[in-house]
Amino acid sequence: MDWFPLLNSLRIAGISTLIIFFAGLAAAYYIAKTPPAIKGLLDVVLTLPLVLPPTVIGYLLLRILGPNRFFGAWFLDVFGTRLTMTWWSAVFATTIVIFPLMYRTARGAFEAFDETLAYSGQSMGLSNTYIFWRIRMPGCKQGILAGTVLAFARALGEYGATSMVAGYIPGTTATVSTTVYQLWRTNDDALAFRWVLVNLAISFTVLLAVNMIEKNGGNTRGRITNSKRSA
Amino acid sequence: MSLFVDIEKKLGSFYLKAEMTAEDETLALLGASGCGKSMTLKCIAGIEKPDRGRIVVDGVTLFDSERGIHLSPQEHRAGLIFQNYALFPNMTVLENIRAGARREKDPAIREKSISGIIDSFGLAGLTGHYPSMLSGGQQQRVALARILVSQPRILLLDEPFSALDSHLRFRMEEELRQVIRQFGRTVILVSHNRKEIFRLSDRIAIMNNGRIEAIGARSIVFDDPKTRTGAILTGCKNISRIRKKDDFSIEALDWGIELTVTKKVTDESFAGIRTHEIKSAGCENKFRCRVVKEVENPFSCTVLLCPEGKEPPELIGWEMDKSTWNRIRSDYIEISLPPGSIMLLKG
Repeated sequence: MDWFPLLNSLRIAGISTLIIFFAGLAAAYYIAKTPPAIKGLLDVVLTLPLVLPPTVIGYLLLRILGPNRFFGAWFLDVFGTRLTMTWWSAVFATTIVIFPLMYRTARGAFEAFDETLAYSGQSMGLSNTYIFWRIRMPGCKQGILAGTVLAFARALGEYGATSMVAGYIPGTTATVSTTVYQLWRTNDDALAFRWVLVNLAISFTVLLAVNMIEKNGGNTRGRITNSKRSA
Repeated sequence: MSLFVDIEKKLGSFYLKAEMTAEDETLALLGASGCGKSMTLKCIAGIEKPDRGRIVVDGVTLFDSERGIHLSPQEHRAGLIFQNYALFPNMTVLENIRAGARREKDPAIREKSISGIIDSFGLAGLTGHYPSMLSGGQQQRVALARILVSQPRILLLDEPFSALDSHLRFRMEEELRQVIRQFGRTVILVSHNRKEIFRLSDRIAIMNNGRIEAIGARSIVFDDPKTRTGAILTGCKNISRIRKKDDFSIEALDWGIELTVTKKVTDESFAGIRTHEIKSAGCENKFRCRVVKEVENPFSCTVLLCPEGKEPPELIGWEMDKSTWNRIRSDYIEISLPPGSIMLLKG
């Protein structure tokens, strides 16, 4: 069994998770501070990929990145490389598909964060960067970690947009999900089934991990109990 | 002048307009919840931005809408303590205090002030503990230590005892009094507990619906609250609408009686008398009353009275020792409202 599709899926998911980790955090953090009207609009735009069919995302991406389209043609002209049908083309697709997962979980975690902690930090002279990384992030660790793992899992399984933007080229752009489709299409049922099992195993493990993160709360030693706060 | 505040801020239908000055003293903001006390503190701390006005602390202009000055909360250097103490839950006591000391760049001075503050607050045995492992009193001590080590210009305390059990409050109040004395600069204390405020502050500002209605020395504010809200907030339970009869007499509409007063009546529309100021004997403002209800308190009795032959909308409350009540207890009793104890109040 050629393991290339798994390795390819892992590197695509890894890179796009790294990107959305920071992009999602930044979006959640800064959008919370914008006026309500703008917030509502941005929220809809950034959540859209969650509800759109991946094929629609793939279509829109091709309209921008395709070698005959404006941006794709310009890129090909300047850098001599096309933006579609390479293994990293799939990163564009998965990044957009999984972005809302990270953005929304991070936003939920930030909204649940006790702002008085940040205010206290500011008034004792701590920089906003320090407060973000040393106080806010540890406080939201659980939600953000769960969101990251979930986004990674979704990236591993991405099919629709990926297949349109990166296609299926064995040994080049093949991922686990596109391989399953291809094997089924070519009647290689036995091999398709093995990849299905691989997929199931990965998904199962990831969901188990998310559950454990949410249950353990990551950090129980340092939480002020709610009862003490409201007393 | 240590503190000058003159700010306006609109929040939906709520309009805050606060003006006050304070020297190196403790100024208390007394008001019901939602009156704008905490918002005023947040503005002084730089967390909320007023729409208009000016905030100056120790000669440093922190906010001035006309000159476009709006310093960051970090530059405001206000020692703000929230009612939940807002200790960083992921850090130990020592790390919390260390975080407060980060402003000091010289490591030698920093370490010295950290160990100094740990000693003076008796936290040496707790440095490795997380906030969730501390009692309410210990949390407050850590919060005070952490904020003082950050060298604030001014101390802002938002309901400092509301998270504590009542038996702890009294002890922590004594500790806070010492902290305030040692700090020696302006302290703004926000609370809705009039007793705490009376014991801890030099001056009191009465806040109602986003405005400061009265500001003055604590004894003056308690003796003569001047407004109905002030009387209620300082604990006056007997308040009646009045109609002026002449310069020194009024008709208390809610009690159905006429009263003489020692202060000249001007445009006041309410009068009040504290439940413990009513006397059983006296020559002026004497009334025979029917006892409508007796309420037993832990160490005193309150009786609700209705002047004989009247059907007033409000009853008069009189609080006295249990022994006094046992002596005079009867269905009808005579009371006197001393003219000097009657407070004339504006609406």
